[in-house]
Amino acid sequence: MSFLELRSVERRYGRVAALGGIDLDVKTGSRTAIVGPSGCGKTTLLRLVAGFDVPDAGTILMDGKVIANASGTVPAHRREIGVVAQDGALFPHLTIAENIGFGIDRNAPGREKMISDLAYTVGLDGHILLRRPHQLSGGQQQRVALARAMARKPKMMLLDEPFSALDTGLRASMRKAVAEVLENAGITTILVTHDQAEALSFADQVAVMREGRFAQVGTPRELYLKPKNRMVAESLGDAIVLSATIADGWAECSLGRLSVDTTERRDIARILLRPEQISLRSASSTDVAAAKPGAIFAEVSDAEFAGAISTVAVKLLNNPDSPELAAIGNTPLILKKPSVESPAVGEIVQVAVSGKAHILE
Amino acid sequence: MLVGAAFRMTQTIAQERDLVTAEDFLKIPRGHGWVSRWMTIAAFAITFLTILPLPFIAWIGWQTGWETSISLIFRPRVGELLVNTVMLLVLAVPLCTVLALALAWLTEFSDLPFRRVWAWLCVAPLAVPAFVQSYAWISLFPGLNGLWAGVIISVIAYFPFLYLPIAATLRRLDPALEDAAASLGLTPWRIFFRVILPQLRLALCGGALLVGLHLLAEYGLYVFIRFDTFTTAIVDQYQSSFNGPAATMLAGVLVVCCLVLLSIEAGVRGNARYSRVGSGAARQIEPVRLGKLTPLCLALLIATALFSLGIPLLTIGRWLMAGGADIWRFDEIGYAFYQTLVLAILGGLLTTLAAIPMAWLSIRAPGGAQRALEGLNYLGGALPGVVIALAVVTITVRTAHMFYQTMATILLAYTLMFLPRALVSLRASIAQAPVELEHAAASLGRRPANALWATTIRLAAPGAAAGMALASLGIMNELTATQMLAPNGTRTLAMGFWALSGELDYAAAAPYALVMILISLPLIWLLHDQSQRMAGR
Repeated sequence: MSFLELRSVERRYGRVAALGGIDLDVKTGSRTAIVGPSGCGKTTLLRLVAGFDVPDAGTILMDGKVIANASGTVPAHRREIGVVAQDGALFPHLTIAENIGFGIDRNAPGREKMISDLAYTVGLDGHILLRRPHQLSGGQQQRVALARAMARKPKMMLLDEPFSALDTGLRASMRKAVAEVLENAGITTILVTHDQAEALSFADQVAVMREGRFAQVGTPRELYLKPKNRMVAESLGDAIVLSATIADGWAECSLGRLSVDTTERRDIARILLRPEQISLRSASSTDVAAAKPGAIFAEVSDAEFAGAISTVAVKLLNNPDSPELAAIGNTPLILKKPSVESPAVGEIVQVAVSGKAHILE
Repeated sequence: MLVGAAFRMTQTIAQERDLVTAEDFLKIPRGHGWVSRWMTIAAFAITFLTILPLPFIAWIGWQTGWETSISLIFRPRVGELLVNTVMLLVLAVPLCTVLALALAWLTEFSDLPFRRVWAWLCVAPLAVPAFVQSYAWISLFPGLNGLWAGVIISVIAYFPFLYLPIAATLRRLDPALEDAAASLGLTPWRIFFRVILPQLRLALCGGALLVGLHLLAEYGLYVFIRFDTFTTAIVDQYQSSFNGPAATMLAGVLVVCCLVLLSIEAGVRGNARYSRVGSGAARQIEPVRLGKLTPLCLALLIATALFSLGIPLLTIGRWLMAGGADIWRFDEIGYAFYQTLVLAILGGLLTTLAAIPMAWLSIRAPGGAQRALEGLNYLGGALPGVVIALAVVTITVRTAHMFYQTMATILLAYTLMFLPRALVSLRASIAQAPVELEHAAASLGRRPANALWATTIRLAAPGAAAGMALASLGIMNELTATQMLAPNGTRTLAMGFWALSGELDYAAAAPYALVMILISLPLIWLLHDQSQRMAGR
């Protein structure tokens, strides 16, 4: 069942609508990621759920009970919702132990033990407990913030871009560690992020947000492979969008005849391919001349080496007849290929597509 | 009532949903809720009080009749005073600025020996009240009088007000900017004028304004050397004819002078904002080698220290020696000390409390209206003590006589006079306590009041203490308003000093001066230390 429900939640600041009617269901014990660029309203949404702010319209329910609507709210300190902020928001005047124990009753029996257990749970060494926040690295500070938020055994955890201040390597490992800790504790979690890889790998449910509204909500796989529109497709990864005509489960486009995931018929449509669906094979100009119909060749127009993965731009050589499609065919396809097998500039390659194309709205 | 409203609301929704209990569900107004509302109301009330002298002057002008008022304003005497005041400002403020800039550069950027000691010696003159400076000079050079005496003593008494912000800004400058300028082909001299000086603009403008306003408000300093300014004239007028319209109209002209200064400063300052762009810790500054110039630079610092600290201490010491044991009337001095302390502590506390609403609003709920309100607060604080005192006296005499010359009125006047000092410190310290911490505390189950106490108040406390110290320091050395407003029988250290030196008993006044300096010194040290730590040293 749904643990958290948002029903047409609105919040405006002056004449600007930060949230324009949000609906969301979060299942008990699940992980939801809200992904969008800065300023799209995702932090506002989190503040409303945490109880730091009140919606102008709509209702927020937790466990089936109203916790906020236009006329009232359950204050933050009674919500049993933990929050981990972007910079951790540790109390600078308290030690790490005091920070972790901030939410635990001062006279609670076994308080010290609880604090050191929490530190252990999030992977912190016991000896840092007497230090102060400024003596810790960014990753350690985030762990402390998580331990502090977990001390109250919250029913729900809100993570507000908690990994964005960390460097790339640490980010992935922290993400994994946090997901594990919350999973083991069975805490329903909402993560807010602008990093699509983070959202896709962390969550069971992803919501793509733009200008105060959800563009699409679904499982990571569904959103990545079958996004509703180009915006959602591009906000979750590199996308190749082509014009095509659709009939009988096939799409005709500049990359030839591709299988699509629908049987409907459309004269003009836009189809989505992810770059990793496109493979390149070395070829020569004689191959191009002797090409069978349907074989697609391209010339590498640009290549950029970046360690393990290189970015390759290819221009299609044999465009289908339609001038409209030809124009699209002339814009190079940007692909990421393992450096060991990526072709050099000027090389001729044969292009093949694996998997199905997805039709966009 | 709140619970009732919540109950009604819960009942309507109860048909659809199972609900949390009524006491969990609060009817909370938008934004910061009741805190914000009460803070706004309090800030409005306090701001109204601080600018009260302005409508007061207009009211007196209207009561006196415009023709009489105009004849009181446009007369030769006012012209003389205006020339004196303007000359004083035009000469003393630039001199102060140049001196403070040179001292700050030497103590912050150069390889001068004992830089930290010199830095402290540049701040220490704050502990010597301006009228004690004047007293020291006049007893050393009895013939001293007129404009130039006023300019010299003003510069010596007030340069630390400019030194402090300039030195603090220099300390925070990012040396990377200088490196960038050097790599773009600028000579050190041109770096100073094109990179460093522009970044000092805010400090220079703010400090110069502060000095200018102090010069307009200063009383004791100019009486000793028989130099007439608007403030001395208003007090004379007040003492001869009590609260006659003549004094009030002079006060009106003085207020106009203040407004002119404020608008000049606002114009010069512009909308410039300078801060470090990018993150990462700033490097330490590599000191500039003075080389052959070291003796010359040392001479400037030694001369400044001698004039600003040496002469007062020398004079006081001489009078103490001359006076011997007779001048130490411990009962009187002790009583004055006690009274001064009580007024300074109560006044400082009250001022800090009064500054809380405005400081809180300007950080936590910034907006156009708040900015305007804050501007009015600074405007009120820019008014000279004598104007505020005159307004408070007249208003209490005419409308609330039971408050006339009571503790309440003097504390009110102090609060109005020193509010900006507390406001500036408090604002900066509340900004050090981001609201996210309060939110974190709330999400960890603390009630709003508890969350506020455990985070914001706890973190803002050092800054609030600094603001209170600044206000208390001002009150301790305050003379004009204290004389006009204090309850009968009050004799603060400043009043005692003033009365004795007024009878030309300079020896008997010396112990008072010494005690004032001695109790101010620790506060100055505290503030100096705090400003150094805030800059990360």
